[in-house]
Amino acid sequence: MITLALSKGRIFEETLPLLAAAGIVPSENPESSRKLIIGTNRPDVQLIIVRASDVPTYVQHGAADLGVAGKDVLIEHGGDGLYQPVDLNIAKCRMMVATPVGFDYAAAVRRGARLSVATKYVKTTRLFFAGKGVHIDLIKLYGSMELAPLVGLADVIVDLVSTGGTLKANNLVAVEPIMEISSRLVVNEAAMKLKHDRIQPIIQAFKTATAG
Amino acid sequence: MTRSVSLHSAPAWLLPEYVEDVLPPYAAALEGVRARLLALLNGHGYDYVQPPMIEFLDSLLSDAGNELDLKTFKVIDSLSCRQMGVRADITPQIARIDAHLLGRSGAVRLCYAGSVLHTRPDGMANRREPYQLGAELFGHAGIEADLEILTLLLAAMQTCDLEQTRVSLGHVGLFRALARAAGLDARTEAALFTALRHKDVPELTACVAGLDLKWRAAFLALTELYGGVEVIDDARAQLPAVEGVAQALDELATLARGVSGANIGIDLADLRGYGYHNGVVFAGYVGGQAQAVALGGRYDGAGARFGQARPATGFSLDLRRVLDVMAEPVAASGILAPYGNEIGLRDEIARLRAAGERVVVELPGQEAWRASCGCDRILIQAGSAWQIQPLI
Repeated sequence: MITLALSKGRIFEETLPLLAAAGIVPSENPESSRKLIIGTNRPDVQLIIVRASDVPTYVQHGAADLGVAGKDVLIEHGGDGLYQPVDLNIAKCRMMVATPVGFDYAAAVRRGARLSVATKYVKTTRLFFAGKGVHIDLIKLYGSMELAPLVGLADVIVDLVSTGGTLKANNLVAVEPIMEISSRLVVNEAAMKLKHDRIQPIIQAFKTATAG
Repeated sequence: MTRSVSLHSAPAWLLPEYVEDVLPPYAAALEGVRARLLALLNGHGYDYVQPPMIEFLDSLLSDAGNELDLKTFKVIDSLSCRQMGVRADITPQIARIDAHLLGRSGAVRLCYAGSVLHTRPDGMANRREPYQLGAELFGHAGIEADLEILTLLLAAMQTCDLEQTRVSLGHVGLFRALARAAGLDARTEAALFTALRHKDVPELTACVAGLDLKWRAAFLALTELYGGVEVIDDARAQLPAVEGVAQALDELATLARGVSGANIGIDLADLRGYGYHNGVVFAGYVGGQAQAVALGGRYDGAGARFGQARPATGFSLDLRRVLDVMAEPVAASGILAPYGNEIGLRDEIARLRAAGERVVVELPGQEAWRASCGCDRILIQAGSAWQIQPLI
C-alpha cells in the first residue's frame, strides 16, 4: 500500500490534477466526507487527510510514504528524513514581514534591537532576522496574526500573503518579502528505497505534470 | 474514576523523555540477537572490545563537524576538571583503540556492542539511548575491505531474521570529486550538500544556478541517480568524466558484483556522514522502519588524532530499532517446582536445568499467584518418581 498525506483545501484541490496525471483518482471529496483515510481508484494507493503542518511529520515517521507540503511548513519542520524531489508550484504565496501602516520598519531594523514579532513561523522568522542582524522577541501565535500589531501585542508580524486582502482590511502593509512559498512533494527516505518500484512512477508523473 | 493529572510535579517513576526500560520478553530477545551477531562477527575474525561509557571530550569527538558534538552529553570530570562526554557514537572509540592501543600496521578487525546516549532523539527515532553494535576494519584501503564489511552487514541483517530488507550504497567520493572539479567554494559546497542529502531539487536548482551548465547538469543528475544497480551505468553516461568519478563508480560496481543476489540499491545522493566518510557508504533499510537501521562506510584517516592515520571501513546498527521490527518475542515459560527437601527433588531440578529447561522454584506461600509465575508446566511427585504435568 502507498499512502499519500494531503491537507484539505487549496493543497488538496491543486494536487487533484497531479494525482490524475499519475492515474490516481480519490474516491471521495474530503470537504464533504468526514473520513480521514480516503481510498482511490487504485487498490494499492490511499490518501490520508491531515493538517498542513502535520504532513511532514506523518511522512517522516513513515505513516505516509508521500505527502504534499508547503515550503513554509517544511522549513518549520526541518525536513529530516524527508526527500523533496519536486517543487509542485502549487498553493503559491509569499512569506512577508507586515507592519501597521505608518510604522517605521526601516528605522526599527536600523536600531537592530528587540523588535517584537508575532508569527506562526518561529523557526523561519528567527533565521530571517538573525540573518539581518536584528534582535527579536518572538511571540508564537496559532492564527489571526494580523491582530497582534493592532492591539499592541507585537510590532510586526511574519505571515503568508497571497492576495494581500487580509492585510489591507486590517490596515497593515507588507514591508519585506522573506521567501516565495509553494508546495513540494515529500517522500519518506525508507519508502523511497524499499518501495522504489511503486513510488518512482508517481514522482515521475508529478514531475512531468508540473513541468508541463 | 479518572486519575488526576498533576501539572506541577512529576511522579518518581517518570523516566526522562525518549528514555526507556527494555522489559521482558524484549530484553531477552535483545540479548539473544546481540549474542548471535557477536558470534557472527567473531566467526569472521572480529575481536570484541568494550570501550568506556565516558571519556574526555577531546578523544570522543571525531574531527568531523559539530553534529556529534551536539549529540553528546557533557559533564565535568571532578578528578581532572576536564570536560568529559558520554559516548554518542562508539566508532571514534574503536578508531582510538586501533590507532593508539594496538598500534599495528596490518589489518585490524574489531567489533563492539553497547548503549550510546544522545542529547536529542536522532531523527524520528523516539529514543535517546540507541544500542549500537558494529564492526570496524582498519588498515586496508582497498575496496576488498569495504566488500568484506558490506557482506558482513548483509549477513548481520540476515542473522536478525529481518524481512523486506534493502541495503543502499552510495559514494561520497563522487560528490567530492565533482565539487573539486567544479571549483566550488566551501559555502556553496555545504549548501549543495544539504540540498542533495534531502534530494531537495528546488533548493538544489537554486544553489547551482550560478554554475556552468556542465556542472549544473551533473549535480542535478545526482538527485535522480538512485534505484537499482543499473544506476551505476546511468551515472557513467550522465556524469562528466573528471578525476575520481570513474573510480567511485568502479568501486560501487565491484561491491554490487561482490554481493550479487542481495537486495542492493544505489543512491548517489546519499551523503550521510559527509565530512566523516570519504568513500563508499552503506545504509540498511527494513520494511516497517522509516529510517535506516544500519549505517556504514569508509572513513580513512581515522585515528590521525591518536597518532596513526589508518584506512578504515565499518558498519554499525541500532539493535533497539532492529528489535522493533523483529518477530514478536515469545514470553519465556518453564516448569514450576515445589520448594522442599523431598528425596530426589534437587537432583531432578538440576537434571532439568542441565537439559536446558527453565525451572522456577515456588517459594512457600506463593501458590495463589501461580497463574502469573510464567510457567506452563509443574513438577509433581508421583510415588517415588517426579512427573511433569501441564500447569493450568
